[in-house]
Formats: sequence, structure tokens, C-alpha cells
Amino acid sequence: MSRHSFLEATLQGFTRAVSKALQSEHAAAQPGLLQQLDPRVRVLGIFGLVVSVILCRRIEAIAAILLVAIAIAATSRVSLASLAKRVWLVVLGFSGVIALPALFITPGEALATLPALHLSISVQGVRAAVLLVLRVETAATLTTVLVLATAWTHILKALRSLHLPAEIVIMLAMTHRYVFLLIETANQMFESRKSRTVGTLSGAERRKMTARTAGVLLSKSIELSQEVYLAMLSRGFRGEVRLLADFRLKARDYAGLTAFLFTGGLAVWMGR
Amino acid sequence: MHIPDGYLSPSTCATFYLFAATGWYAALKRVKQLLATRAIPLISVFAAFCFVVMMFNVPLPGGTTGHAVGVGIAAIVLGPWGSILAISIALAIQALFFGDGGITTLGANCFNMAIVGSFTAYAVYRMIAANSKLSSRQRVVAAAIAGYVAINASALVTAVELGIQPMLFHDASGTPLYAPYPLHVAIPAMMIGHLTFAGLAEAVISAGMVSYLQRAELSLLRGVSGLAQAPGAMIASASAEDSPRRLSPGRLWWAVACLMLFTPLGILAAGTAWGEWSSADWMNPHTREQIGTASGNHAPPSSVPAGIEKLSTVWTAPFPGYAPRFVKSPGFGYLLSAMFGVGFIVLASLLARLAARKWPGRNSGS
Repeated sequence: MSRHSFLEATLQGFTRAVSKALQSEHAAAQPGLLQQLDPRVRVLGIFGLVVSVILCRRIEAIAAILLVAIAIAATSRVSLASLAKRVWLVVLGFSGVIALPALFITPGEALATLPALHLSISVQGVRAAVLLVLRVETAATLTTVLVLATAWTHILKALRSLHLPAEIVIMLAMTHRYVFLLIETANQMFESRKSRTVGTLSGAERRKMTARTAGVLLSKSIELSQEVYLAMLSRGFRGEVRLLADFRLKARDYAGLTAFLFTGGLAVWMGR
Repeated sequence: MHIPDGYLSPSTCATFYLFAATGWYAALKRVKQLLATRAIPLISVFAAFCFVVMMFNVPLPGGTTGHAVGVGIAAIVLGPWGSILAISIALAIQALFFGDGGITTLGANCFNMAIVGSFTAYAVYRMIAANSKLSSRQRVVAAAIAGYVAINASALVTAVELGIQPMLFHDASGTPLYAPYPLHVAIPAMMIGHLTFAGLAEAVISAGMVSYLQRAELSLLRGVSGLAQAPGAMIASASAEDSPRRLSPGRLWWAVACLMLFTPLGILAAGTAWGEWSSADWMNPHTREQIGTASGNHAPPSSVPAGIEKLSTVWTAPFPGYAPRFVKSPGFGYLLSAMFGVGFIVLASLLARLAARKWPGRNSGS
């Protein structure tokens, strides 16, 4: 690992987070199937499908929900290529590696033997690994499609309509807003430090630098929270949180909700 | 440590949502009580800070890097209740907006990292920092150990949640339906990474930030010391050290009740407890094998040791194996034993208190 790679890796992480957010904003503005539905129906319907994924006990039923998720993505103008890059490959790399040893160590009926390694693969191991990876892929696809097709403010309003406490909703909204401001601040601090660094830093110096940057960011965050608080007070904030919830359900929303619930229910029944 | 959707069964997810919701409710109530209108901006911005800190690549000894959660510094600056909310909000944004960690597993993730992590970090920091000066080296060491222990406690709880899945949720053919590895695989697999990289990353960030704050912004560390009402640290100062709090009897009862509800977890433990063998265990070939394995593969003696055989008949327990004989369900038996044990201790305490009131002179005399 090069001496500056930890800095570059952090900077790349910041860029990735911001680009993901921009991608979501872009996709949410497209005229797709999900985008036409009331945000409450989207949130409730997709959450319902995610729950049905973990309730299903059969591979076929989960695979069917994955196909439905792909169909929803395609009709909601969510790029399948970006889904593959952002979700499917990442999940396969992470959960696939985690599930791999299950092929060999799950006790059960032997399916095949690797002669060179004296390892046998069990039927139960294969099923366990496929169930795990498929479940994670399907749930992650559904969640990502929801996030890509719905503006964050709409997700929050939908959560509030579904009776999440107003304080929690407002904290989620404010945190989301200030995450990007703090990412920008941290990005600038790391970039300026990188531009001033000549030669190589020792391990201890690198750790000190990271901790100091985090410390400065903490001081700035506390200062920022004070300023935000004063700004809220000056605008009449007295501790009560009110959110505008101007959603109205139309006929297509009822149809959409019925379709989501029917699909999830059918999958759970078939996959029990 | 962020468990994705699909690794935990629906009932596990529901249980941990319930645990986490209890923690969130208590934390929100406490923070609002202490900070009033200031709570929302402070917790929100601090959650955003935790989110960004989780993205930092922390350089570790050996040339590698790791990610911290930020729970150590959050507990030190905000106190445990504020930290629960800040870390939970950061985890919720990660799950809902960035797809890092599942939606159905959000309760479990918040329980593991926000609740267990915050309380562990706070307790360890308070214990080691004790009454040392805010600018002392002892506080830096305390922060490092607090961060390290908190992350490992969270990882252990996560590993247990994952490790109980194949035992509790499998189909008729024995196929695990969720996380496929039992406790003896899940715990070492999870702990190796956290005892080394992740724990170190948290220790480095917690200690480094406390060291920085000692020089640059000492007021932020006063939350835990209770020396002043620092802007960002009122939660902890009011909750912790300004007025040393005693555990109220009501809370203690709730804690005892929760512990009693957890007693059936003992059924999940495989094998026999080392050194707690009965004379019957020495004669049973299956338990003899377990004794040998648990004792470093040393074969146990061929017959029951004479001392054990002689003393084993001295006392017969009313609830052998933590279950009265008439109870068929082991889980209910554990619960009944816990209730009986707690009741017995309470009765003994009441009798002792009564005796102390009756003979106050004797009690305080010598």
C-alpha cells in the first residue's frame, strides 16, 4: 500500500457517496412506473416485498421476487447496468465469499467431492449458500430501486405518514442534509493536507493526521449544530415539529399497493 | 458489522426491532428532557459527523487500513443516550439511502452498534478515566480501550445473532435458512477481524480525537467529567457526573426482569459446562467424550472420582438442570428457576433488612 493511499481511498469514498446521491436524484426525476405512484405506496410496497423475501423459505419463490424487482427497475427507468455494478456484483462479492465455506461445512447429503482437497460439497450446503446470496441480492435490489426512484424527502414524508415519530423524521432529514456538507468539509481538509504533504509520512503520523482531521470535523460539527439551532430558534422553532404531508392517494396508487401486497403474499404462500 | 437483509430470520429481526425501539424511546425521552429544543440539531449534526467518520480510512500498524464506527467518541462527547440516537440515525441513513446494512436488520444493527456499543464505550471510559484530569494521558488510554472494547462487544453480539440462526431456523432436511454458520464458526470468524483491524481502527480514532480535543477543545470532553455545561455535552453532563446518580429500585427491577427473560438462552449452549460434571456424566460415553474434548483431549478417568461420588449424594437440588421435574418445557423451566432464584434472594434480602432494623445497635456496633 502506498503511503498516501489511505488518503486517496477516503477521498474516493466521499466521491462515491456524493455520486450515488446525485444518481438517486437523477433517477427519481424520471417518469417511470414507481415514480408515478404515491411515495407511501412505494415505501410500503417495497418494504412489504423485502419482508416477504425473508419470510420465503424456497429458492424459487425468492427468485420470482428478484424477477419482479428487475421488472420494477426496468419500468422505473433505473439502469440495469448501474444496478449490476452497484448491487449485484457488490453483493455477490461480499455475501458470495461469506456463503462459499457453507458449501463444505454444512453437514448433510454429499453432492460432490473435490478430490484434490478432500472436501465434499453437501446438498444442504449448496441450498444454504444459494438461499443466502439470493435473499441478499433480492432485498438489496428492491431497496436500491426504491432509493433510486424516490427522492429522499419523499421517503421521509412517507415514513412520517406511516407514523414514524416526527422528531426522528426531522433528524433523518437534517442528518442527510449535513452529511453532504460535512463530506465536502472533510474532502477539502484531506485534499488540502494532501496538497501540502511532501515526501512520505510514517504510520504514526498518518494516524495522528486522520484523528486530528476527525477532531477538527467534530469541532466544526458542534459549532454548526449551534448555528443551526440558533437559526431554527430565529425562525420560530419551539420544539414542535410539523411536516407538510400533502400526498393524496389516487386509483392507481390503490392498484399499485394491491399489486405489491398480492405479489408479496403470493410469494410467501408459494415459498413457505 | 452491518448485517444485510437476509442474514437474520423474521422473528430475530422483529425481536431486535423491539429491543432497539425500547432503546430509541428511552434515549429520545432522556435527550429531549435534558436538551429540550437543542436536541434535534445537535443529534442530527453529530449523526452526520458519525456518518462521515465511518467513511474515514484509518491507517493501522502494518500498512493496512480499517473503518471506525465512531461510537467511542460519540459516547465520550454525548454520553450514552445521545450516542444511541446519533449512531442509530447514521446507521438508518446508511441503510435507507446508501444501502449499507439491511432494512429488516436495522433494529439488530442499531442494537449491536448503537446501544451495546454506546453503553460499553461509556462504561469502560468512565471506569478507566475515573476522576483523572481532563487533559491527562489516562483519558487518552481510556478512550482507546473504550473504543476497542465497544467495537468488540458489538461484534460479539452480532456474531451471536448470526450464530444462533442455523440452530433455530432450518428446514426439514437441515438446510440453514438464514446465516448458515453456527456459533463456533460465527464467533471466531467475526471476532478475528474485530479484535485486530476494526477494534484497532476504533481505538486509534477514539484515542486520537480525545488527544486532539484535550489540546484544541477541552470543553467537548467535559460532558463526561461534568465540570461544566459544554455546548455539545449537556446530555452526558446532566445524565452522568454532575450529580452522581444511584440506580433507582424501579430500574433495577426492570433490569432483573429483562435478565430473567433472557435465561432460556442457556438452552442454546452446546455440550456440558467445564468442571460442572455430575457423577452420571462420567459414566455416559457421550458426555465422557465431551469432557475429553473440553479438557485438551485428555481422557477422563475410567471411573467416577471417589470424592465426587461421595459428595454427590450430600445434597439433591430441588431444580436439577434448571427445571423442576414436573415442567416439560426446558425454556419455561429456565424462566421458572430464574423467578424462584430471584424471589429467594429478594426474600433473603428482606429478612436481612428486617433483622438490621430490629437490631440496629448490633449491626453498626462492631
